[in-house]
Amino acid sequence: MGKFLAVVLTIIALVSAYPIITHKYVQPEDISTHGHAIDEQMSETMAEAGFAFLGAQLLLAFFIWKFSGRKDGAKVTHLPGGAKLVVATAFIFVGSEVLALGILGQKAWAAIYFTAPKPDALQVQSQAGQFAFYFRYPGADGKFGMIHPDKIDEGNQNFFGLDPANDVDARDDIVTAELAIPANREVQLLLHAKDVGHAFYVRELRIQQDYVPGLDLSIHFTATKAGRYEIVCTQLCGLGHYNMKAYLNVLSQEDFDKWMKQKASEQ
Amino acid sequence: MEQQSVQPAHVHAPPEGFIRKYVFSLDHKMIGKQYYGLALTAVFTGMVLSWLMRFHLVWPNAKIPGLDIISKAGAPGGVMTPEYYLSLLTMHGTLMVFFVLTNAPFAGFGNFFLPIQIGAEDMAFPRFNMMSFWVTFVSFVVLISAFFIPDGPPISGWTAYAPLSAVGKDAGPGLGWGQNLWAISISLFCVGQLLGSLNFIATTLDLRAKGMTLMRMPICTWAWFITSCIGLLAFAVLLPACLLLILDRVAGTSFFIPSGLVISDRLQNHAGGSPLLWQHLFWFFGHPEVYIAILPAVGIVSHVLINSIRKPLLSARVIIYSMLSIGFLSWMVWGHHMFISGMNPFSSLLFSFPTLTITIPATIITLIWLGSLYGANLQINSASLFALGFVSMFVSGGISGFFLAQPSIDVYLHATYFVVGHFHMVMGVAAIFGIFAGTYFWFPKMSGRMMNETLGALHFWVTLIGTYCIFMPFHYLGMAGNVRRYSSFVNDFMAPLMPVHKFITIAALITGAAQFIFLYNLIHSRFWGKPAPENPWNGTSLEWSVPSPPPWNNFGGNHPVVYHDPYQYGVKGSKGDYVMQVSPETVEGEKT
Repeated sequence: MGKFLAVVLTIIALVSAYPIITHKYVQPEDISTHGHAIDEQMSETMAEAGFAFLGAQLLLAFFIWKFSGRKDGAKVTHLPGGAKLVVATAFIFVGSEVLALGILGQKAWAAIYFTAPKPDALQVQSQAGQFAFYFRYPGADGKFGMIHPDKIDEGNQNFFGLDPANDVDARDDIVTAELAIPANREVQLLLHAKDVGHAFYVRELRIQQDYVPGLDLSIHFTATKAGRYEIVCTQLCGLGHYNMKAYLNVLSQEDFDKWMKQKASEQ
Repeated sequence: MEQQSVQPAHVHAPPEGFIRKYVFSLDHKMIGKQYYGLALTAVFTGMVLSWLMRFHLVWPNAKIPGLDIISKAGAPGGVMTPEYYLSLLTMHGTLMVFFVLTNAPFAGFGNFFLPIQIGAEDMAFPRFNMMSFWVTFVSFVVLISAFFIPDGPPISGWTAYAPLSAVGKDAGPGLGWGQNLWAISISLFCVGQLLGSLNFIATTLDLRAKGMTLMRMPICTWAWFITSCIGLLAFAVLLPACLLLILDRVAGTSFFIPSGLVISDRLQNHAGGSPLLWQHLFWFFGHPEVYIAILPAVGIVSHVLINSIRKPLLSARVIIYSMLSIGFLSWMVWGHHMFISGMNPFSSLLFSFPTLTITIPATIITLIWLGSLYGANLQINSASLFALGFVSMFVSGGISGFFLAQPSIDVYLHATYFVVGHFHMVMGVAAIFGIFAGTYFWFPKMSGRMMNETLGALHFWVTLIGTYCIFMPFHYLGMAGNVRRYSSFVNDFMAPLMPVHKFITIAALITGAAQFIFLYNLIHSRFWGKPAPENPWNGTSLEWSVPSPPPWNNFGGNHPVVYHDPYQYGVKGSKGDYVMQVSPETVEGEKT
């Protein structure tokens, strides 16, 4: 039965690796300026993890094949080098991987999170609430009106709780249900949670960030390819969580200007 | 370390009557079995919940016969609602993490075997021990009762993120009394674990037999000891966190709830709290909890493997030191669950590095197992099959952690099925393989009867292949961006992944069904199995020196004396290729 286990483990290891090696299930095409570094980090990790996975599984299978079902009273022997060899191997190989991925690989993270958005980045606010995303553009004055939670009234489409009667900044704010942005221009997205925790996830942008109630966060990115992409909520937010989605519409600057004008006229 | 404690006169009277023997027992062995039985009940309940969820995911409109009887509101006409899916998800996670993965390998086996393996007659505090089980039992009943209240079980997941879990029923069904019951249940569970952990630590330090130095303790004893140290600190944080959550819910405090939240069109009357505070407290417990689940399994598997390879490991000490380092590092990594939470991005790097570093002791443990197989005289039986399966699963599940430990990759994979695949393999399935290995290995000692090996092997083959078929594709789904905790996949990009989900569901149904082979084997063998000899596997540690099952005071009133390291295999002994710890005969080459 030992030999059979060895064969089964070998098959499991190879079959498990097959979809990875053939790139059957991979992340979609990257449409951001920062995503390339993330994808590269992922490929490097995959190569090292894949090597370790196959190496360990096949070695396990080989030893089971070789050292099971021996005659009764077969003399046991020990691995030359013993525990010292094993510990040294782990420290050298895994230690160098840890250093390589852990230190050098942080570049990708730093590039996104340790940099400030450019001063001319397009500011858009996004509000997440059970179970919809809304987006707000500051309008011609470039200023967002204040959010007044007590004035939020979905029936009257006042999703952000704006008070245009008393707040000049709020009067030209443009509120939409989809996130339209121009390609090749940096966008600073300000995340505001209306009720409970939510998250903003666009696979193609390689961005996932929580909306935290009471803590307004900001992320910035540049999309490079026009198209329509799904925004989904990835933080468990209640019964409609699975259905909480919106669209990211990446447009050319010209189309974006047109879209903005049209939305402004609809307000 | 070399100082040996002499066991004090620590006895309680033999149990008399049904209640004292089987219900409110002070005997650590009965308490261990009670924990195991509770875990068994929880694991089958949790498994059925996972069946229902998997079924619903791929056949969302199919009626599940009988489900509407359990919950009319949750499954009108037998078709599950999205909120009931989340209820099942919450209960599945809570049952499995707390009542299975913490109870069985640690409290179950630990209670039964730790005192015997160190040569003690019982735990240091038998009454605390009894109390710890019964508090845990009440905690289980409180949790399960959430199924039968009108509001239904909570929908906030086993992590109960605030403010969803804190604001009450405005936020959704199950978040009224269902969530209260959850928080009460987990608070009670913490109390049970704290009592248990204290007991394990005191017993290990104080009640070792003559000659039983710390380094002569079997690896699994070490694992239980380290786990109880982790548990003592971890549950001591979760308990107050749950109490604060209860206060937010029922007493109008705002520890986790900030101001200005509008839920169900109502402005909430809270101010000043922080949702991130809950996440920090929860994961400060939650990450060490992973090691509470896996370290006992590492110990059990090492113990079983050494017996099966008929020679000592390359180094038992290195495994013990590695477990200690994992236990130590487990306190520095909780923030890796929070890379996208809005926590300061600099701290992500600080949490990432120790997380990656844990790979080193974990690799050392794995390589010690692999290296020890070299030149072995490997005996294949149900116990060793599961132990070897554990090694394979530990590698597969551990390696995917290497991706998630890096914040830049986690940005893409967080909250996808990749994470679900990772933790199910390394914490769920691997730990359960450890429980199975322990069960097949120790059942003869616990019950006095042998289990059926043919059924054991059949159980192993379906479980090994089945779990790989379920959990490996989870990683592929995650790489394609399939989001977790969705009751239905309505997004365009997830539709093409449905065939993978169908495959997983079918594998889950088959693998789950195979667990009934185990249950049958367990129950049948308990009553009609072949009587077990004292030492059926030619083992060396102290549990094999007492009758199967051991008498109420373990050693029949004698005080065992220990002469050797726990694993004198592959030597010339009077009984064969091994020398027992309690045998005074000398072993060639042993350092004393």
